[in-house]
Amino acid sequence: MTFNKTLLATAVIGALLASTAHAETLRWTRSADSLTMDPHSQNEGPTHSVNHQIFDTLLYQDMDVEYQPGLATDWYVHEDDPSVWVFEIREGVTFHEGQALTADDVVFSLNRARHEHADMRGLLTSIVEVRAADDFTVEVVTDGPNPLLPNNLTNLFIMSREWAEEHGVEDPQNYAAGEETHAVRNANGTGPFRVESREPDVRTVFVRNDDYWGIDHYPMEISELIFTPIESASTRVAALLSGEVDLLQESPVQDIERLAQADGIKNEQGAENRTIFLGMRMDLEVLDSADVDSNPFADRRVREAINLAVDATTIQRSVMRGNSEPAGMIAPPFVNGYSEEMDEVLPADVERAQELMSEAGYGDGFRVTLNCSNDRYVNDEQICQAVVSMLARIGITVDLVAQTRSLHFAEMAREEYDFYLLGWGVPTMDSEYVFNYLYHTKEEDRGSWNFTGYSDERVDELTVSMGQEVDEEARNEMIAEAWQIVHDETLYIPIHHQMLTWSMRDDIDFQVQSENTPHFKYLRFNN
Amino acid sequence: MLAFLIQRVLQAIFVMLVVALIAFSLFHYVGDPVLNMVGQEATEADRAELRARLGLDQPVPVQFFQFIANAAQFEFGISYRSARPVTDLIVERLPATLELAIISAIFAVVMGIVLGIYTALNRGNWLSNFIMTASLIGVSLPTFLIGVLLIYVFAVELGWLPAFGRGETVRLGDWWTTGLLTTSGLRSLILPAITLGLFQLTLIMRLVRAEMLEVLRADYIKFARARGLSKRVVNLRHALKNTLIPVITIIGLQLGTIIAFAIITETVFQWPGVGALFITAVRFVDIPVMAAYLMMIALVFVVINLIVDLLYYAVDPRLRVQGGAK
Repeated sequence: MTFNKTLLATAVIGALLASTAHAETLRWTRSADSLTMDPHSQNEGPTHSVNHQIFDTLLYQDMDVEYQPGLATDWYVHEDDPSVWVFEIREGVTFHEGQALTADDVVFSLNRARHEHADMRGLLTSIVEVRAADDFTVEVVTDGPNPLLPNNLTNLFIMSREWAEEHGVEDPQNYAAGEETHAVRNANGTGPFRVESREPDVRTVFVRNDDYWGIDHYPMEISELIFTPIESASTRVAALLSGEVDLLQESPVQDIERLAQADGIKNEQGAENRTIFLGMRMDLEVLDSADVDSNPFADRRVREAINLAVDATTIQRSVMRGNSEPAGMIAPPFVNGYSEEMDEVLPADVERAQELMSEAGYGDGFRVTLNCSNDRYVNDEQICQAVVSMLARIGITVDLVAQTRSLHFAEMAREEYDFYLLGWGVPTMDSEYVFNYLYHTKEEDRGSWNFTGYSDERVDELTVSMGQEVDEEARNEMIAEAWQIVHDETLYIPIHHQMLTWSMRDDIDFQVQSENTPHFKYLRFNN
Repeated sequence: MLAFLIQRVLQAIFVMLVVALIAFSLFHYVGDPVLNMVGQEATEADRAELRARLGLDQPVPVQFFQFIANAAQFEFGISYRSARPVTDLIVERLPATLELAIISAIFAVVMGIVLGIYTALNRGNWLSNFIMTASLIGVSLPTFLIGVLLIYVFAVELGWLPAFGRGETVRLGDWWTTGLLTTSGLRSLILPAITLGLFQLTLIMRLVRAEMLEVLRADYIKFARARGLSKRVVNLRHALKNTLIPVITIIGLQLGTIIAFAIITETVFQWPGVGALFITAVRFVDIPVMAAYLMMIALVFVVINLIVDLLYYAVDPRLRVQGGAK
């Protein structure tokens, strides 16, 4: 009897211990799987999301998109040389397979990501040299002062040099080689979870890394994380409703209402780092698709009229069912350089818009083609349909061409569009990124997404110097000036900032991350 | 016989070449894979460089002949999306599709024949009328809608069956994985198999019923009845046997269709088969995977047709006489 009681007591204590150690499984779904485990070969959202569970970066953006130390405990500009960034590397960190992390691994990883086969190299073009000053200090030399370098490292995962050499994956995957490398399906990181099994596009199982350096800093309540991508939106929602998954990362707009009403399920919402807008080709003499012998978009009054006619508030209400934030500028609120004043949405004013059209000599309107994607942004095609009817009110007849993303962006890149829909996120959280890609004159290595033909010397000058100015105040003044110039020109027609919705079991305590990158080490269970 | 065989094989090769050509020319209209392969920070020079590495800057005829030369050796290159050899991807996904196709074919054939016989023998009673009306739904509703409806009823509302995936699988031999040996695997199979097989079921059922009604009016059935044979023997032995000849032809031809049209069912149920692989590839403009899939489906149809032709040759003496006379 006593023996039995002891046994029982042991069992109870055992169970209690187990529950404080949180033997909890979380089943997670979203629409797409990671493309590869190789952390440097792809620069793509779902791939980064998965890699953030397995690997660490020097610094990262937490659930509030604030910069936090990861494998670097501190980072600063070298006191003697403004072109050198110093990173102090965390000591006592080991990789999943037991290798100890040193500065050499960081140097190796940054150089690997700069390899010509690595897609990540696009973020590291300013780097000239990466060197280890000692075992736990890394110095990164750039081609001039670069205040934004750390912002470009938040998705730059650190691998083990020893492991890479052992498996012959010192270089990222080369697609032309026709072979799969070891790093495509195997990973050895320092992150909060290790990969237990992986079937690409089917199922990836992660288990908690109990030796994680941050095990005491973060909740780390998930002991097993199961990721199953589900491509079809209705099936994804059904899987959550039927209790087969616990967390759904991209809830389809049309189902948000239904999920909110379902028992035991809640929605978490937040601003996404992506602004949707329309672009107009203004440098051509004559537009390809228009029925007039001139380029109406070259006239600022026409662009302003379009801005007044496109009613972002109505689009928010009827197309997005409330799940968007009408925008006045192409930068969401958490980006450096954001100004409430410029993000203010002008109330639609059709009369004034018609006046402007007449002043510009287009009182009878004109005809033009609008090119849209239909599977890239939330309700992209419907947004464009709404724009078509809104512009009809000021006499602009819009022919809508909505097509799949791979065609849309290919034709856009060939500069075939007069009038187009585009969405833009700011991964560096700084306006410089927006100016560099969307407003700078289209050149070899800048302005690569500026399909408007806009070119302004002052804006170009400001763009370049805001990427080099180290003095924060002076920098912010440049950013403000540049925004004012492009705002006065009405270069793009901003529509809205997209919103993100993640739906989950209602006993889960987790918030939306604006980069759409969940860090599951932060997730808590309320039970 | 040999001449006939060679002639048919040459025809099959010709068909495969035409499919390859059509598929290849279509790829130029699905978009630019390079844009999906690089991030938004990539410059025009980066894209051009990747395009050159993939050989996409070569003239189209050069690319086509390169493709044919590789395909002839079952070498389809590496997936642009997942950086893995296409042959591996297809081999990994094929068991899921074949299991689904075979189970739904069995479901369609068994249920189709049983219901067809029942409705033919019990013409006009309420159950037959109900089955016939219900079968109209199977013919007219699109597959994805049937799938969504089944998920809604059996997974979300009743919670009996899983909404997606293949459940747990067991590895048999080197590369075959099966879901038929685990409870979760079997449970996962039910809804997709019904979704995929429903159209074939109604088709077979209506065909069996029509043929059966035709046969039951034949003289030899009347004689059999007159001889006092039991109803069971008349219906199931004499009548059914003669009903099945056209049905078997249809079933053979439909098997290829089931494999090819598993695309939609697999997408709805997130079934990890080759169809879902193809859809993902189309979205990404993953040309090597799309090409390999289309060639594989063409091969399935060509082989089935070849077998059917050879069977006709074996069954129909007139073909042999003609061949011999030449």
